Amino acid sequence: MGEHAARSAADRRRFMKLMAAAVAGLGGGAFFYGPGRSSVAAVRTSARIVIAGAGAAGLTAASQLADRLEGASITLIDPREAHLYQPGFTLIAAGLKSPGYAVSTTAEYVRRGVDWVQEGVAEIDPDGNRVVTSSGRSIAYDYLIVATGAELNYQGIEGMDVSLIGQHGIGSVYASPQAARTTFETMSAFAERGGVGLFGRPATEMKCAGAPLKYTFITDDILRRRGNRDKAELHYLAPQGSLFSVPIVAEKVRMLYADRGVETHFQHNLTAIDPGRQRATYATPTGTVEMDYDYITIVPPMRAIAAVRNSPLPWPTGPWGEQGWMEVDRDCMRHLRYPNVFGVGDVAGVPKGKTAASVKWHVPVAVDHIVADIGGTTSDAVFNGYTSCPLITRIGRAMLIEFDYDDNLVQSFPGIVAPLEELWVSWVMKETALKPTYLAMLRGQA
Amino acid sequence: MQELDPTVFVIVFIEMLGPALFWLLVAGIIVTTLAFFWVLIRDRGLYSKRFVRSEIIGLFGGAFAIGFMQYITNSGFRDIGGPIDWVLVIAIFAAGAIGTTLLAYTVWSVVGGRKPEPDAA
Repeated sequence: MGEHAARSAADRRRFMKLMAAAVAGLGGGAFFYGPGRSSVAAVRTSARIVIAGAGAAGLTAASQLADRLEGASITLIDPREAHLYQPGFTLIAAGLKSPGYAVSTTAEYVRRGVDWVQEGVAEIDPDGNRVVTSSGRSIAYDYLIVATGAELNYQGIEGMDVSLIGQHGIGSVYASPQAARTTFETMSAFAERGGVGLFGRPATEMKCAGAPLKYTFITDDILRRRGNRDKAELHYLAPQGSLFSVPIVAEKVRMLYADRGVETHFQHNLTAIDPGRQRATYATPTGTVEMDYDYITIVPPMRAIAAVRNSPLPWPTGPWGEQGWMEVDRDCMRHLRYPNVFGVGDVAGVPKGKTAASVKWHVPVAVDHIVADIGGTTSDAVFNGYTSCPLITRIGRAMLIEFDYDDNLVQSFPGIVAPLEELWVSWVMKETALKPTYLAMLRGQA
Repeated sequence: MQELDPTVFVIVFIEMLGPALFWLLVAGIIVTTLAFFWVLIRDRGLYSKRFVRSEIIGLFGGAFAIGFMQYITNSGFRDIGGPIDWVLVIAIFAAGAIGTTLLAYTVWSVVGGRKPEPDAA
């Protein structure tokens, strides 16, 4: 009987998942799921918790801590008034949304009771348990969550500057919602004329590793819609030896690129650009290669912000150390040398996941460990590397790619939404459900 | 570890549609459903001629629902990629058709009066 009841409960849960996928038709992948909101009473404490950075990860952490702690001093440090919904940038750069689609205000997501210090983070001193702001104010903490994100290092490409986006055939989706719009206009002009289009990614870790792949697909689609595909040559150049870090996904994208006629070049790292001559220079194992272009999408190298890079928090060696990503335990986001410091979001030096979907899973794990520490208990919450990427393969279709640290495909809707199929349902999710889910996440509601 | 909290669905839909439109739609669905049953009780059954005509209107409602979904997602029938996409199209059509049928029948019955009594002859 007990077994039967358990099976019924399992059936009900499965049915709920089916409802989620089929009836709502919006899915949202594991973005809709959560580690389960704690129903236990809030823990009383006078602990001082500082959150450096009020982007997706910082705001979500503040909301969740405010829910789970009573009496704690929670301080968010970030100067930015505007909040940017970065997963929307690709849709803006596809010409489907206006720049305003991705812009809201930080203030609307800051919980009552959370103290928002509108200044930059100038210094992090984990030995002294304090953060120094851009005005020189020192803020002491008992627990620190670093959520300062990834810095776009356009200067890492010789000759490149943000101000060049929209000129000389240069596009770059990442810089801002307006830059994404300008990128659309530049790409659209290319789609009218044709010529050589260059796409690619940096050698560093980057947020949303699927974005450059998507933008190549979108450009191909727009060229086809305008009947100009035969006028254009599309090249995708990656410093790595594959198209994506998850082999099964890389293989699928390889097949799709072959189908779409996108030429792939591995071991090509964009090092310089000559805007006047519209020429890009790539470092390859056999020397530099120059390629002339009519249109290029630049994804800048990325690194942690200076305050993190200059602190003791990054990995001491290796590429992650050079790029400044924090040395955290990949299972619980706790710093390996400073146990009262956690790193969540893009700044975390973990193998997978600089995406909003990862934030959704990083934050509750880190928060659970902090709350357990404060309450004098232990937490068994674990982050498994979950990342999600609705990989747009043309306007109207996407593949719902979800994976973990071990390169396994994690399926939110097994047997229902196939991860490696180009589906309308996955596109509908991206267009309709992701942003509301993301915003609910910031408020600590999802 | 993975749990699906149904309240998350509600929160996401509120975020998607805005609180005003969301609760207006919920209220609309509740009012239409209650009014439909009220009409059924009032008329002591379904007025089949009226219901069949309402179903025809419902077909347009289903088609409109699909068109609307495609419009707001910048996509079309060419983007149908696999079986689950057809399931979604059918689900959207069904939701639109059923909703419109009930709405049409209810409004018609409220405005158009009672089901006529069969001839006593």
